[in-house]
Amino acid sequence: MDAILLQVLNGLDKGGAYALIALGLTLAFGTLGIVNFAHGALFMLGAFTAVSFNKLLTLQKVVLDTAHKTPWGDPVEIRTPYVEAMFGDFGKFMVDWSVPLSILVAIPVMLLIGVIMERGLIRHFYRRPHADQILVTFGLAIVLQEIVKHFFGANPIPQPAPHIFAGSADVGAWLGLAKGTIVYPWWRLIYFAFSAVVIAAVFAFLQLTTFGMVVRAGMRDRETVGLLGINIQRRFTIVFGLAAVVAGLAGVMYTPILPPNYHIGMEFLVLSFVVVVVGGMGSLGGAVAAGFLLGILQSFASMNEIKSLAPGIDQIIIYLVAVIILLVRPRGLMGRKGVMED
Amino acid sequence: MFAKTARGDWLLFAIFTAVVLAAPILFAPIGAGYPDLLQKFAIYGLFAIGFNILFGLTGYLSFGHAAFLGVGSYATVWMFKLLSMNVLPAVVVSVVLAGLFALLIGYVSLRRSGIYFSILTLAFAEMSYKLAYSVLTPITNGETGLQVRNLAKAGVVNFQHGDLRILDRAFGVVEHGVPMSNLFGIKMSGWPGFYFCAAALIIGFFIAMRISRSSFGMMLRAIKSNQNRLNYTGVNTRPYLLAAFVISGMYAGMAGALLAVTDPLAGAERMQWTASGEVVLMTIMGGAGTLLGPVLGASVIKYFENIFSAINENVLHQVFSWLPQGVQDVVVSILSLFVGEGWHLTLGLLFMLIVIFLPGGLMEGLGRIVSLFKRGKAASDAAQNGQEA
Amino acid sequence: MAILEIDNVNKTFGGLRALWEVNLKVEEGAVHAIIGPNGAGKSTLLNCLVGRLAPDTGRVIFAGREVLGHKPHEINQMGIARVFQTPEIFEDLTLLDNVMIPAMAKRDGSFRLNAWRRVAARAELREEAEQILEDVGLAEQRHVVCSALSRGDKRRLEMAMCLIQHPRLLLLDEPTAGMSRADTNATIDLLKKIGERGITKIIIEHDMHVVFSLASRISVLARGTFIAEGKPDEIKGNPKVQEAYLGGAQA
Repeated sequence: MDAILLQVLNGLDKGGAYALIALGLTLAFGTLGIVNFAHGALFMLGAFTAVSFNKLLTLQKVVLDTAHKTPWGDPVEIRTPYVEAMFGDFGKFMVDWSVPLSILVAIPVMLLIGVIMERGLIRHFYRRPHADQILVTFGLAIVLQEIVKHFFGANPIPQPAPHIFAGSADVGAWLGLAKGTIVYPWWRLIYFAFSAVVIAAVFAFLQLTTFGMVVRAGMRDRETVGLLGINIQRRFTIVFGLAAVVAGLAGVMYTPILPPNYHIGMEFLVLSFVVVVVGGMGSLGGAVAAGFLLGILQSFASMNEIKSLAPGIDQIIIYLVAVIILLVRPRGLMGRKGVMED
Repeated sequence: MFAKTARGDWLLFAIFTAVVLAAPILFAPIGAGYPDLLQKFAIYGLFAIGFNILFGLTGYLSFGHAAFLGVGSYATVWMFKLLSMNVLPAVVVSVVLAGLFALLIGYVSLRRSGIYFSILTLAFAEMSYKLAYSVLTPITNGETGLQVRNLAKAGVVNFQHGDLRILDRAFGVVEHGVPMSNLFGIKMSGWPGFYFCAAALIIGFFIAMRISRSSFGMMLRAIKSNQNRLNYTGVNTRPYLLAAFVISGMYAGMAGALLAVTDPLAGAERMQWTASGEVVLMTIMGGAGTLLGPVLGASVIKYFENIFSAINENVLHQVFSWLPQGVQDVVVSILSLFVGEGWHLTLGLLFMLIVIFLPGGLMEGLGRIVSLFKRGKAASDAAQNGQEA
Repeated sequence: MAILEIDNVNKTFGGLRALWEVNLKVEEGAVHAIIGPNGAGKSTLLNCLVGRLAPDTGRVIFAGREVLGHKPHEINQMGIARVFQTPEIFEDLTLLDNVMIPAMAKRDGSFRLNAWRRVAARAELREEAEQILEDVGLAEQRHVVCSALSRGDKRRLEMAMCLIQHPRLLLLDEPTAGMSRADTNATIDLLKKIGERGITKIIIEHDMHVVFSLASRISVLARGTFIAEGKPDEIKGNPKVQEAYLGGAQA
């Protein structure tokens, strides 16, 4: 029982990341009709926003302390981040909380990137075949990756979670099980909660606002909404920006779990596409459900008991499930008829 | 460029053959006249020609063709280990195996179309890739990659102590040093290696040309144009698609085999989806649906990869040494973004530019240039000819 | 003798009754028009005949063989060809290719791996294709890519694509919809010319001018079922038909 619970927990944070990326992908597809292979790059850019912000905060002021000498006779260097020098304890707090604080930076940055991408490139591909869309966004993803690689190098850059979330939570004890049976890192719990909040926020936005209503109507029937004389162009731009922000935030918060490198986005992109297709192209609920489902299935497949039964299953489970679902339910778990079939 | 007549085709084929055979001389002035690079042109050209039979003609975008490339490479190295360093049995077995593998994957994937098909092929290729790294290590040798080794001593029948090469042993072939792939004694490295690949490319091109002009090829184009109409016209599209898928898989298997022939090593990274993306790129860049386009795209990409990735900052400083120091530094630091390690950036940009401005690829570009010279003929007309050549 | 027998076909869409106890006999060589108000189920019926939709119950016998349960390409190979409401042609191929493809499908069957011989070398196919383009008056444009054609020409091309297969039954779904009067008359003339070949035809049409110019028999479909059938003169004076049309207009 507790072993199963642990695997479910293990799947939640990864599932959360899949769900967040897939949500943006399917949103862009459902409203704009665009297949965006650069969506993983947005996740990556989000992660590197956090990295940059952290670098910025930890820019150090070097003071030579002539009163003390190193064993080599040089003056001791005292390094303090500028923010600490300026703000004291609050500065320390900012450095410690750099990842969560990056969210505040990432929202405008990602929105800007999304809007520029839509206005500059994506917009011109609405009427082009899906193959062209895939190819041009694929090219864009390569370009973005290489730029990041140029500035940040090829190696993963670890990002610390805030100090108070460093340890693990005894989830088992909360649930009334014996102490220490289910121990789970705090940050990953936070990530799951965070993804749940973002997903809820996106759904609330789409369900409760007039803007969201138009977007949802657009997902069902693009032409009609266009005929109603609603300025669909501007809404498309905002929707794309929203998708970019969601992907970016997913990236920001994932940095303490997996140190980002320049191609982290591609790895997540492929899986997220599988998630979207399994959920059903253009279905928001499907994307979220499939994200968590596949995340959890993957963590189950990594159990030793399962691996000994079917060696290598942990490596391929997601793809295997995708193949089976596509063959049994052609439109995915919650897909609508006729979407992307030609 | 060439009319759709039998004579036009023979002319096209003759010119193609002549260019390929004379490549060592023709490409020497642009610094590509050496065997290692020309082998790559031929091998990836063949890969792209085959991919084009599926994608260019039917419009079905596979994101998993690298899997067949990988199967071809592994099969070839295994044949080297088991049977003989002679390339013929290895190549034949590789092509057949890749074809069977394609039959299996194609049969399942072709039950869906559009992006669902793309994702299915991607899923199968990624599964192959992940398995090659994990469970299938006894066959693939995991991250190290599969290599040929020296012959085991006579009478030894397991791979612990070396390769078996049953046929070579039976014919009493004596090996000195590192075993080399050969065609009845001719070593398949350097120029002979290139000409072996060139022969494969020429044959592959000829077959693709025949397919493109045949009833089968016309049906494939009809699938791309309007599959629905074709169904109501009494055509069962699935076997046509499957045949195209298998044929293109065999081309990929052949290309994978040639990679292993010229360098007897097979690694799983050949099966990764980025490798599938590369062949899509080559085909699009040259011009999907055209005969020459894929070869052109493959050559251009491999050429620039080779040139650009070899350039580093020192080279740039030398080239721009005539500029004043400050300006030189700025120019070099900007350009260094695009060369050496940054080659992929150039590739990505180039690719975006092609998709945005030249959806028909380089062949369309050539067609436009030709039409500039042939005044009086409409530009669209020339682009049309480009499509056919 | 009836070449097509539709026997008690029913089709519902999520509780909505689209076809209800539909029975129809089409005589060999007849030009049988199916008319009826919008939403009567005409296109649904046609879709059932070509395998695009599967009826819930019933049988459709064509030339002694069951049609239902077969795939569209199998039904075409039995000898049923269809012209769609919006022309379904191979937009980015030439006119000649467009008619050669159905001709090949007729000769080679639903699948034949003919990957070596040049299409251009199949002279008999080409002659046949050029002849049919001549018949529909599109011969001069045979090397033009279809996307450049007018809607009327696309429709004529689609008819040529069906005719080259020498079908035993030709289904025409509003062949003159959206056409000018001149194009409509040209289409009527063309269909009359085809009539001389003795192909059985089912025409779905709103334009009564077209219907009465061509049809040898008319069936009236309303709310998913046939309410009247007869010669054109009988239908003209049938009160049930008038009521159905008026009722349909009001709804």
